[in-house]
Amino acid sequence: MSGNRIIYLTENILGEIRKQANEELPDEACGYIIGEGSRACALYKMINADHSPRHFSFNPVEQFEALKVAREMRNELIAVYHSHPVTPPRMSEEDIRMANDTKVVYLIYSLEANEIKGFTVNREKLVREIPVEAVPDIENWNGV
Amino acid sequence: MKITVNGKEKSYSKPGVSVAELLSLEEVITPGMVTVQLNGKFLLQKQFADTQIEEGDKVEFLHFMEGGA
Repeated sequence: MSGNRIIYLTENILGEIRKQANEELPDEACGYIIGEGSRACALYKMINADHSPRHFSFNPVEQFEALKVAREMRNELIAVYHSHPVTPPRMSEEDIRMANDTKVVYLIYSLEANEIKGFTVNREKLVREIPVEAVPDIENWNGV
Repeated sequence: MKITVNGKEKSYSKPGVSVAELLSLEEVITPGMVTVQLNGKFLLQKQFADTQIEEGDKVEFLHFMEGGA
């Protein structure tokens, strides 16, 4: 894994994550970011299968629906996001324990701090915070 | 053997790779925590070891995603 990773999110995508996180309170909100490399181009909202304020999980069938959309856009699932309604934007012990994909970026939006942070987790469970940079909206942005 | 793994074409010199072996080659550290589709059909975890991948197959795998605050 590159030690120099960064993720670029458009203002639209950032706004959609904040909006979803507020709309799904008190539960955690979650979804995928579709894009190429470090550059996000779309957001795919997922249902929190746990419907919980302290936990989230994806339904595998819905995961593959998201993948299909990404493929149709000739892109990849480059990041996973979820919200922390009342805790900071950091990887919790549970987040780290369940983070088995070493290639994806984990984004956490804290409603408490109104801040989003990005992380990668390697196979030794070492967490590395990576920069999350907001970029202007792009013409073909597509909220799914 | 040419196959497509997560949207990318790959070549393996060894024919008859199982899904379990492929996940290992793809550096999946927790094969018990991925969902696999072979040619668009979901596989059960217990099928990973015995399911052979053949020329031209399309394999997609996604890690389970969950966490907690």
